[in-house]
Amino acid sequence: MQSLRLRAIIALAVVLLGLAFMLPSLPGVKDSSLGKILPGKGVSLGLDLKGGIHLTLGVDMKTAMDNSLARLGDDLKASAREQEVYILRPTVLDESQIEVTLIKGEQKDTFESVIKDSTPFGIEQSTPLEGDKIKYILSVSPKYRSEIEKLTMEQAIKTIRNRIDQFGVAEPDIRKQQDNRIQVQLPGLQDPERAIKIIGQTAHLEFKMVDDSADLKKAQQGILAPGRELSSLLHRQANGSYTESPIVLKKDAVLTGEYVSDAQVRLDQWNTPYVSLTFNARGGKIFTDLTADNVNKRMAIVLDGKVYSAPVIRERISGGSASITGNFTREEARDLAVVLRAGSLPAPVTILEQRSVGPSLGQESIDNGVMSAMVGMALVLVFMVIYYGFSGMVADIVLILNIMLIMGGLAAFGATLTLPGIAGIILTIGMAVDANVIIYERIREELRRGLSASQSVAEGYGRATLTILDANVTTVIAAIILYQFGTGPIRGFAVTLTLGIITSMFTAIFVSRILFDLYLKNRSDNAKLSI
Amino acid sequence: MGLQIIKPDTKIDFVGLRKIAFIVSAILILCGLGSLLIKGGPKYGIDFAGGMIVQVKIDKATDAASVKEAVKEVNLPGLVVQSIGLEGDHEYLIRTSSSDITSEEVRTKINKALTDNLGASFEIQRLEMVGPKVGADLRSQALEALFYAVLLIAVYISGRFEQRWTAAAVMAAALGGCVYGLGLLGLDMGWLILAALFITVGLCWYLKLNYALGAVAALIHDVLITVGLFSIMNKEFDLTIIAALLTLVGYSLNDTIIVFDRIRENVIARQGRMPFGQIINLSVNQTLSRTIMTSGTTLLVVLCLYIMGGSVIHDFALALLIGITVGTYSSIFVASPILYGFGPSELKATEEED
Repeated sequence: MQSLRLRAIIALAVVLLGLAFMLPSLPGVKDSSLGKILPGKGVSLGLDLKGGIHLTLGVDMKTAMDNSLARLGDDLKASAREQEVYILRPTVLDESQIEVTLIKGEQKDTFESVIKDSTPFGIEQSTPLEGDKIKYILSVSPKYRSEIEKLTMEQAIKTIRNRIDQFGVAEPDIRKQQDNRIQVQLPGLQDPERAIKIIGQTAHLEFKMVDDSADLKKAQQGILAPGRELSSLLHRQANGSYTESPIVLKKDAVLTGEYVSDAQVRLDQWNTPYVSLTFNARGGKIFTDLTADNVNKRMAIVLDGKVYSAPVIRERISGGSASITGNFTREEARDLAVVLRAGSLPAPVTILEQRSVGPSLGQESIDNGVMSAMVGMALVLVFMVIYYGFSGMVADIVLILNIMLIMGGLAAFGATLTLPGIAGIILTIGMAVDANVIIYERIREELRRGLSASQSVAEGYGRATLTILDANVTTVIAAIILYQFGTGPIRGFAVTLTLGIITSMFTAIFVSRILFDLYLKNRSDNAKLSI
Repeated sequence: MGLQIIKPDTKIDFVGLRKIAFIVSAILILCGLGSLLIKGGPKYGIDFAGGMIVQVKIDKATDAASVKEAVKEVNLPGLVVQSIGLEGDHEYLIRTSSSDITSEEVRTKINKALTDNLGASFEIQRLEMVGPKVGADLRSQALEALFYAVLLIAVYISGRFEQRWTAAAVMAAALGGCVYGLGLLGLDMGWLILAALFITVGLCWYLKLNYALGAVAALIHDVLITVGLFSIMNKEFDLTIIAALLTLVGYSLNDTIIVFDRIRENVIARQGRMPFGQIINLSVNQTLSRTIMTSGTTLLVVLCLYIMGGSVIHDFALALLIGITVGTYSSIFVASPILYGFGPSELKATEEED
């Protein structure tokens, strides 16, 4: 029986391979000397089992688009000025359009060629106004818009990844999803609040000059000189809360976070932490010139629209560094340095979905899942032996192999085991006997028809195989669709289900047949089969 | 030979019982649909409706009402407190429909309220927040998944069973066209799916894809009953329940196909020598042993999951319990009688050729 030996070798090889991948998942094996020579790292557990945070973030694409259009508008104004064409400050309209007003109508041709040559804008509409002015509505092409969206997403993901890396989470998983969404998974994290704050902070850093001559009372009533804005200066209280006081700033930022190359936490002489910023070469030069021109004036450090400090410039500061003080706690200062170093998000993000599971619930879920699987399996094992006798034991052996191969397969493919995944395995235990049952019932039928044991086995396997294949393909179809549409845990379930079907077919059709053939090999034709 | 639950010469007249079975199924389905109508559709969990849940485990025995009393001052809109898992777990879900406050605010406030008012130590084990937009997306994705599963399976059965891949492809194309057309009318996803299922059944009937017709009808039957029972029991629909429903789709078909496979085998073996009703009875009886064994072991395991699997998996296991029971029943009492009603398509096809 050459083919039997060959089949046995194949089966053994697969089983050993499965075992090699499965073993590191067992507690204790991974770190032992055996664990070091085995491939793979064992099955990785999903967030629902080891605890952690799952976030879905939505990137505010409208703001990103508006910011980008505003920048393009400024560029247009600058390019026009080079040609000595003057326009009023462009304003961003809805629907990715901007409105600009040309002051001298006779420069129409020059201006339109500037638009055509040096910007991605197309002219949507032009309306002559009184006094020789012309109002233009400009828009960008849909292709350019989707380009900006793509860049925004890429930059947002990169920034979030940088921040999480610096925050120090093991095995974070960050990926883009459809509809401008980003999925972030942080396993094993204890402090969801802080993580969310770090990830969600836009961290748009600006330096603006303070207008100390402005009347605060009038400003609060909404009376502001052109080019000024009302903002609030934060004062940290002893208990950690903040109070705010009004402050008037010049609207245009003199320097932004783009020029920051590094941010570190330092301690001043009173041991209060502050964040020290280092500018890149260009930023350093701007900062030096700026401080030289504005000695004895106040400069505000604005982060996401809030003024953290507004120190008076005493003298020209060269050397390209500045600092943000604000009575931070050490943790706050550290988190602030992290977000500044990682760069600002190109657009605000909102948290659309958040799931956090405490590690204790995770452990409890594992315990319950494993426990119910054990009991369920034990019941099935016992039942099969009672019902099918010797053949029941064969079914039990392949069932245990089957579970082992599923675990090995999960580890080998790097799939994540989730709670529904455990349920998938448990369900597989129930359904894995199906293939055996179909075969055994067939064998019984053939025996009743009076065939010998080996004939019945051959006939039973032959007839049952196609039925089993047919029946399982439909389940695989359901599993594939689950995988296609599902998120995290459901995908895990789909993967275990599919794996379970494949391995159960392998063990029930291929391996158990080998066991029967081995058993019947040296027996006479009229030997009885316990089934 | 080992034990036998079903004697080999069992001859139950399943086809003769079909009227009773249809009445039972109709009653079950109507009760479920009635409950859905009265309650204004399925009760969505936060996965689909949006909102927030906080799961707390409390150290000493208390009840949902006192937990609710304790968190009342937080003033959360649509506050619902329910006990989950088995008795003695002291686990509660605090649910709110709000999307205005951040999840961290809710965490802090509930923490404080429970500390102040409960007089027992507790632990926040899980916090989930789903925004309304994401919830709606998840809902339509889940429905889409159910739809594609049914469609692909119908195509597979028609192709594989009756060697009629062309008819199967025609059905897929026609269905795709219909759904696309209906989609242009801006129908809600739920109605779209319902329409699509009816179109599938109609197409199977028109194209005489009778095996697929029987299987898909049984499938819709199972899903409707499970969904209906869940509505009657006031259970919420979330992503894990959809996973359970799809598993049940797979399981129910698995069961049906094994019976159908035997019917086909017997049709080929005994063509012309036995009326179709008897062939069906014979086939169902022949596979009965296997049906009961497999469903039995699977139910045994799922029952373990239901009893010991912990609170999070409880409803999932319940859905599987119902689904497997209904799926087993339907492959015997629903799918085969439907096939009987229309006859195997290949018989008619050969007759026409003659």
